[in-house]
Amino acid sequence: MAVKAITGDQAVAYGAMLARAEVVPGFPITPQTVIIEQITEFINDGLMDADFIAAESEHSVMSVAIGASAGGVRTFTATSSQGLALMYEMLFAAAPTRLPVVMAVANRSLGAASGIWVEHNDSLPVRESGWLQVYVEDNQEALDMTIQAFRIAEDRRVMLPMMVCLDGFILSHVVEGVDIPEQAVVDRFLPKFAPLNNLDPRDPIMMNPVTPPEFATELRYQQDRAVQAARTVIAEADEEFAALTGRRYGGLFENYRMDDAEYALIGLGTWAGLAREVVDQLRSEAKKAGLIKLRYMRPFPGQELRQATLNLRALGTFDRSAAFNGYGPVFTEARSALYGSGIVITDHVAGIGGRDITLEMVRDMYDIVERSGQGEKVRDCTWHGLRGETE
Amino acid sequence: MKDVPREDMLTHGHGACPGCGYAATAKNIAKMLGPNTVVYVPASCLVVFGALYPYSAWKVPYLYTAFENTGAVTTGIKAALRRRHIDATVVGMAGDGGTFDIGLQALSGAAERNEDVIYVCLDNEAYMNTGIQRSSATPFGAWTTTTPVGLEVKGNRRFKKDIARIVADHDVPYVATLSVAHFTDFVRKVQKAKEIEGFRFLHCLTPCIPGWRIEPSKGVSIDRLAVDTGMWTLYEIENGVPRVTYKPKTMTPVTEYLKLQGRFKHMNEADVRTLQAWLCEKWKAHYGEEAPSPPCALPPKEEVLGHDGDTLYGI
Repeated sequence: MAVKAITGDQAVAYGAMLARAEVVPGFPITPQTVIIEQITEFINDGLMDADFIAAESEHSVMSVAIGASAGGVRTFTATSSQGLALMYEMLFAAAPTRLPVVMAVANRSLGAASGIWVEHNDSLPVRESGWLQVYVEDNQEALDMTIQAFRIAEDRRVMLPMMVCLDGFILSHVVEGVDIPEQAVVDRFLPKFAPLNNLDPRDPIMMNPVTPPEFATELRYQQDRAVQAARTVIAEADEEFAALTGRRYGGLFENYRMDDAEYALIGLGTWAGLAREVVDQLRSEAKKAGLIKLRYMRPFPGQELRQATLNLRALGTFDRSAAFNGYGPVFTEARSALYGSGIVITDHVAGIGGRDITLEMVRDMYDIVERSGQGEKVRDCTWHGLRGETE
Repeated sequence: MKDVPREDMLTHGHGACPGCGYAATAKNIAKMLGPNTVVYVPASCLVVFGALYPYSAWKVPYLYTAFENTGAVTTGIKAALRRRHIDATVVGMAGDGGTFDIGLQALSGAAERNEDVIYVCLDNEAYMNTGIQRSSATPFGAWTTTTPVGLEVKGNRRFKKDIARIVADHDVPYVATLSVAHFTDFVRKVQKAKEIEGFRFLHCLTPCIPGWRIEPSKGVSIDRLAVDTGMWTLYEIENGVPRVTYKPKTMTPVTEYLKLQGRFKHMNEADVRTLQAWLCEKWKAHYGEEAPSPPCALPPKEEVLGHDGDTLYGI
């Protein structure tokens, strides 16, 4: 074991190297670029035995990844924002073809109000592409989940592609101390890739032929079952990874001071660090606040979330993205999962386009959730740090 | 010809139209590449007639994903097979739309990286699978459903893009143009492509029965006329050295080619003259000498190509 001071992007690159990814297509886009730069450095220094393919666009990156994975080798890539959008079509080809490609997404705002800073409006809209999605909180988790993603994606019960999402700049470009696991440890955790189906002239098969209506329903159903099966696989991977490295992440989500909590917030990404801090403050004031650090958007922890929130009076959802139906995506998913539970649920949008989220903002979120639990009428959705609203 | 293997890799039972030049070309190329091949097919007629779950006419591994990515997916497949020490031919078979238009970027990427794959462009000169829409491979004058014969504008107003030259400018090891009407030449070029390492581009003219409005039995003769009129030229460029592989003894007037095809039926004298003049220039540039008369020496007489009063022609 060695602790290195590295950025989130570098941590992901270490993860891909330790996972022994063999083909890595890439195309530069901020803030993902350092990942592919670091991987090419590993390759050119002889530390990583892989083929880097400098594709001419992200659409081609995902196409190369699909070809390589269908060709039977472990395949990794990374992107952000517009790059992910350009891949959109191919995301929907990778999943039903059951290709366990792993891709890091350094989250960045997509489209106009153009910026390079973090927002989750790049990866959240593709949560219905059939890919699994995990969101990480720090650089260590970025490395660990890059390794775990291969294990989960390649499990025969799953066989689906997976995104490892990390907040752009907040993680991608910030240096933290990261424990780099030994190769032998990773090799024990992650067996050699054994593709279920692959393109081999010695055993010809057809992959993803045109599929008429008589069969498409079953194909989609199997895909849905595989996403659901990932729940078990994620839990197993978390356990086994903890046994080997001592680092446990809790699977679909992590509970923080939830045991006797009466109200809590749930949300994705680095925001959880702030929320932890605020929960500690509130606890010191004898308030029964808790945090659910949401890790997976696919599979979304529905049943598990119901169990974890049985004693809650109120729940707030944190959204670093808008869904333009009045709420953000996390709210929409969480409220659907908790339908009929009686828990008061409010949404809290903040950090759009990379705006800093302050402790005060998170404190406000908790205050609103607490008041909503006491029966006070509050807004269903509050945009925190919003300027200029006169209402 | 004795070198052509007997075993088909794209077998009978596929769903192409009777007389389909696209199927004949794909079938013969697959046959010559043999069983140690992986094929990628993007959106095209071939993706529909070659395999429809749970049936497949392919005897080699087959993958389809999308329209515009033949250069990229074949890149990925080859990278994987190389890493697995499987020494197989990886071939992408795309249409003209998937090559000239929407697939141009991925094609350029793969060519520039000199990926070790064969890229076959099966060129039937329009988006036939979606119902005969114009592509940048559609010849001047041709009717398509997006270059209709209107009262003011009649057919396609642009000349066919020279895709092989664009690919050749990437300095790839091998570029060749093929026609099923010149089968010995066809076989030799596929065999050569199979042996060469690096990016290889085979551009094939493939007659389309419904799209060109032709008799199902006429595909090969029309392909031959394409070469004789200069609408298609047969050559190869190996390591940057161009070589004409077949030169017609004389130049047949383009009207001979046009009049067999409903898609050109409406063309008036001015348009035929424009096309003929373009062909004469092309001939000169390609063969390095003036096209033999008479087509280029004399302006063509007005040929009665069509408009026989049938308001539904070309539909």
